[in-house]
Amino acid sequence: MSTAARTWRKPPLIADPRLRWGLLIGALVYLVLALASIDVNWARVLDGIPRGQRFLSGFFPPDFTTRWGAIAEGLLESVWMTVTATVVGVLISIPVGLGAARNLAPLPVYLGCRAVVALARTFPEVILAIFFVKVFGFGPFAGFLALSLATVGFYAKLLAEDIEDMDPGQAEAVRATGSSWWQWLNYAVQPQVMPRMIGLALYRLDINFRESAVVGIVGGGGIGATLLTAFDRYEYETAAAILIFIIAVVMVLEYGSSWLRRKVQ
Amino acid sequence: MLVSDPGLLVLEGLTKRYRTGDLALKGVSLTVPRGQVMALIGPSGAGKSTLIRCVNRLVEPTGGSVRLDGVDITGLGAGALRRARRRMGMIFQEYALVERLTVMENVLSGRLGYVSFWRSFLRRFPQSDVTEAFRLLERVGLDHMVDKRADELSGGQRQRVGIARALIQNPQLLLVDEPTASLDPKTSRQIMRLVKELCVERGLAAIINIHDVLLAQMFAERVVGLRLGEVVYDGTPDGLTGDVLTEIYGEEDWSATIRPVDEEGDAQGQAEADIEVGEHPHHRRSGPTRDEDVVSGL
Repeated sequence: MSTAARTWRKPPLIADPRLRWGLLIGALVYLVLALASIDVNWARVLDGIPRGQRFLSGFFPPDFTTRWGAIAEGLLESVWMTVTATVVGVLISIPVGLGAARNLAPLPVYLGCRAVVALARTFPEVILAIFFVKVFGFGPFAGFLALSLATVGFYAKLLAEDIEDMDPGQAEAVRATGSSWWQWLNYAVQPQVMPRMIGLALYRLDINFRESAVVGIVGGGGIGATLLTAFDRYEYETAAAILIFIIAVVMVLEYGSSWLRRKVQ
Repeated sequence: MLVSDPGLLVLEGLTKRYRTGDLALKGVSLTVPRGQVMALIGPSGAGKSTLIRCVNRLVEPTGGSVRLDGVDITGLGAGALRRARRRMGMIFQEYALVERLTVMENVLSGRLGYVSFWRSFLRRFPQSDVTEAFRLLERVGLDHMVDKRADELSGGQRQRVGIARALIQNPQLLLVDEPTASLDPKTSRQIMRLVKELCVERGLAAIINIHDVLLAQMFAERVVGLRLGEVVYDGTPDGLTGDVLTEIYGEEDWSATIRPVDEEGDAQGQAEADIEVGEHPHHRRSGPTRDEDVVSGL
């Protein structure tokens, strides 16, 4: 007699209950052990609080005037570095990204371009900057190179992935007209990836400006160098002014890019 | 020479084996004469899409030959293949318009095989191409939508743009892949009628893949049935009996699918009457404006 109602439960993600519970308990034990291994010295934390307060109060009031010349120079250098690195990085990314898209490039080209992308992505901006400072000396040129290379790693990868995700039907239709490869690229691929690519270029501009501050700290010029000098001289009021400028520029880029992205969709 | 014209399109032993090992076409031989509208029917997976894509080599055949107007398509290099593709217009199931391009750009993309890269890149097509594009858009009833983006159009409108794009290639052959699969029944008939009319006007041959047996019977002069990559029927629309459909699709009650015998004859006139009575009772149609009425009704 099958009078009992058939019950139903959502099938679990991991079918084997022993494995399921084992993984869960294992993860919990690891988390507890990891937390326990953090050696917190509460006396030092208590000591640090007033020191932090003194440090922060040193920022007030922000001083825009004393080092105004240096701030303006650093800021302009950073903006210059950001814009050129983004433009150059994106321009280099286009052929690399096309080559790194599996549905466009033959296997050897694909592997080569993916290797370039992987290499450019391996090291964060700071490490690239340290490397270029060692090779080309202090200054914004090293920062420019570091940011350009990092941009290639970021932009070419996302371009390639966007191309791989495109609608093959539209691409097929344009190919069927007897178009050449370049015409096909211009009519079938470009319209499909363009809006997202414009958005990503603006996002990268934003990232590059923020990274220009970091790159400057290791000798790559720009506002980061000015910020480091201010800290070195214990001129916290000036440092505060610089940080306010960085926040302002990032916010302007944020609003500007979201406005433009809406326009191009 | 004309006496021994072998037909516009000649397929001989066309075979396609996909890399997965699936044999999609098993040596299909088929001849399509100039100006013939042929429907290709068969269940999903029978190889219909593969067959028409092998003709313009969007899919590379693995065996056999495809000859268009005497030229062996299968042996062509990249440049010659592009020139051969210009003579085969293709119309797609999901329209396959480039969605972010305008209607005009989509239509003009049918001329890509004829113009240089820079001309197409700068969107500076020859005036004759632009004139022809306007003429075709007028013909399919969309000349007021030239600068709309393709993704703003309805399904029927998109398919009309797709038709204009195929025709501006000035093809000899249309390859049509499930043109009505995403359209409602009325729009499906209008699109099929438009394709048929254009083929007659321009003396084009067409291979139309289609699931709807009734539509195939209405608009094609010849029906080829494909099953598991093999031709199992090749004849007139009237020859599609229940037995033949069972041979193509498998066992089923076909009595509702086949056109009743007493309606034979002018199926196209019948279809038009349907629309006239059902959809536009207030319209009085007179000769040449009839099609425009149907078109603007979309």
